[in-house]
Amino acid sequence: MTAPVIEIKGLRKTYGSGDTAVHALRGVDLTVHRGDYVAIMGASGSGKSTMLNILGCLDVPSGGRYKLDGIDVGSFNETQLSLLRNRKLGFVFQSFNLIPRVSALGNVELPMTYAGLGRRQRRERAEAALQLVGLSDRAHHMPNELSGGQQQRVAVARALVNAPALVLADEPTGNLDSKSSGDLLGVLGRLNALGRTIVMITHENDVAAHARRVVRLVDGEVTSDHRQAPL
Amino acid sequence: MSALEVLRFAVKGLLANKMRSVLTTLGISIGVAAVILLTAVGNGASKAIENSIAGLGTNLLTVSPMRGGAATAPRPLTVADAEALADKRIAPDIRTVSPVVVAQATAAHRGVSHSIGQVIGTRPSYFDATSSPVGSGAAFSDSDVTEARKVVVIGQTVAQELFAGDDPLGKQIQLNNIPFTVVGVLAQKGSSGLQNSDDTVVAPLTTLQYALTGTGSLSQVVVQAESAEVITAAQNQITAVLNQRHGITGSAASDFRVQNQQQLLSTRTQAVDVFTTLLAAVAGISLLVGGIGITNIMLVTVTERIREIGIRKAIGAPRGAISGQFLAEATLLSMVGGAIGVLAGWVGSRFSFSGIQPEVLPSSVLLAFGVSVLIGLFFGSYPASRAAKLRPIEALRHE
Repeated sequence: MTAPVIEIKGLRKTYGSGDTAVHALRGVDLTVHRGDYVAIMGASGSGKSTMLNILGCLDVPSGGRYKLDGIDVGSFNETQLSLLRNRKLGFVFQSFNLIPRVSALGNVELPMTYAGLGRRQRRERAEAALQLVGLSDRAHHMPNELSGGQQQRVAVARALVNAPALVLADEPTGNLDSKSSGDLLGVLGRLNALGRTIVMITHENDVAAHARRVVRLVDGEVTSDHRQAPL
Repeated sequence: MSALEVLRFAVKGLLANKMRSVLTTLGISIGVAAVILLTAVGNGASKAIENSIAGLGTNLLTVSPMRGGAATAPRPLTVADAEALADKRIAPDIRTVSPVVVAQATAAHRGVSHSIGQVIGTRPSYFDATSSPVGSGAAFSDSDVTEARKVVVIGQTVAQELFAGDDPLGKQIQLNNIPFTVVGVLAQKGSSGLQNSDDTVVAPLTTLQYALTGTGSLSQVVVQAESAEVITAAQNQITAVLNQRHGITGSAASDFRVQNQQQLLSTRTQAVDVFTTLLAAVAGISLLVGGIGITNIMLVTVTERIREIGIRKAIGAPRGAISGQFLAEATLLSMVGGAIGVLAGWVGSRFSFSGIQPEVLPSSVLLAFGVSVLIGLFFGSYPASRAAKLRPIEALRHE
């Protein structure tokens, strides 16, 4: 069996020090295998955003080990982390985070530009990714000409275009109406069915219901880990 | 990530804020244009001096007093000194001697007044010696000098200022309220670098001495040698005569100076060089200010786009790609500004400024453009490194 996509042991994160120290994560263990679709749930302040930042290599843990796709990222410097984000990870944010004044196609091409791919290859793969999220006809629109749901689907296309080991979604439906939320969850479900590993952070039960596995965090600790559908 | 991609991002970033980019570019343009234009003016001025002095003739010598020199008791140049030089037996290689006094005065005619650049009092030989031909009318005569008649020959600029197209011949003008009759108008000479040779009035030596300067010392003595070949001999004769008259022997410091045109040229061009350096320094400062403008705008741009930088970093942009993008934007701004500045400077140098026709130095174009590009790199590097150092989570959280 191949190495798990995520393997964390005793993960800790502390902000500040002394009396004012805030323990965002107090020793979390989690293993996620290839092809899984995990929802991490928790109230605000439960440490789920900290968890996502560390999983996304945007932040480094204070203690514990994190192996992403078999690579221990603990000793990585900034350049190595940015390379890792580019090749192994895809992000979907709550507030879409598309680059303004760059077309949908341009946004999807961006990770490949940083990866150093040629123009033609970028174009082909970006168009394929947009087709996968059902936005082929919007490729040349600017972000401000797209609805929230469409923007988020462009973000999904951008997240998966480099064929990452892991797609991280941070409250991806938080700013969407129920119709767009449904569409987006459909897209994520389809991606997972195609074999993509997805970790999604949410606080809505009906969103979490789409995942195969639900992990609950309370005060920086895992309190329940429930599988809803087989891997 | 290829250089072409970096450039593409930079162009997009600049076009997003067109007005701002144009204004920043303008700062650099003005700096570069100023450097090119001002050095061109300086260069044109020295060329004009060379031409005007070359026009004076190669057989001209100028004797001027040295004030504040090391001489213990400096004696002024006097008319008697000039008379001694005119003695053919002692100084056979000298053709003419023209004693000169220079004064400042205001000329007036029927309520119109004009402050004259140079009022010269001399003898008729001066016109020939200095190649200042009289265009219309006639020069004053030797008898005008001995009789101290109140007659003047005026330059083109003075004629235009006072008579505005009317014929000035035979009319009266007041020099510091003393009436003079205009007998001639000098032919156009043009500017000789820093001063306008046409803004002048020439009157008989004695008249001017009685009216304005007093009969004491002379400003200079203009000596015409027999030919260009004997100029060194003439120079030696002048030195010998004046040394004897002023009691200068052996190693004692001289209280006068004899200069030929070559020496005069170097003195004058030195003055212009100083002036050109000053102009270039001022222009260089304006270029520097333009560079600071770039830093300023790039810092604003970085702050405005913190979130965008965060997104780019989250999807894997390495530091180099981020700093490269902002550095390219800054350099592009300064390069475009520099190019426009070169163009503006070149166009500006087609026009003449107060009689000086600027001549663009190719080295100043290269220098100004090169410096503007370096300024973009230098002044863009701080904002660019600031952008590259942003931490992605903080940048993403920025509203």
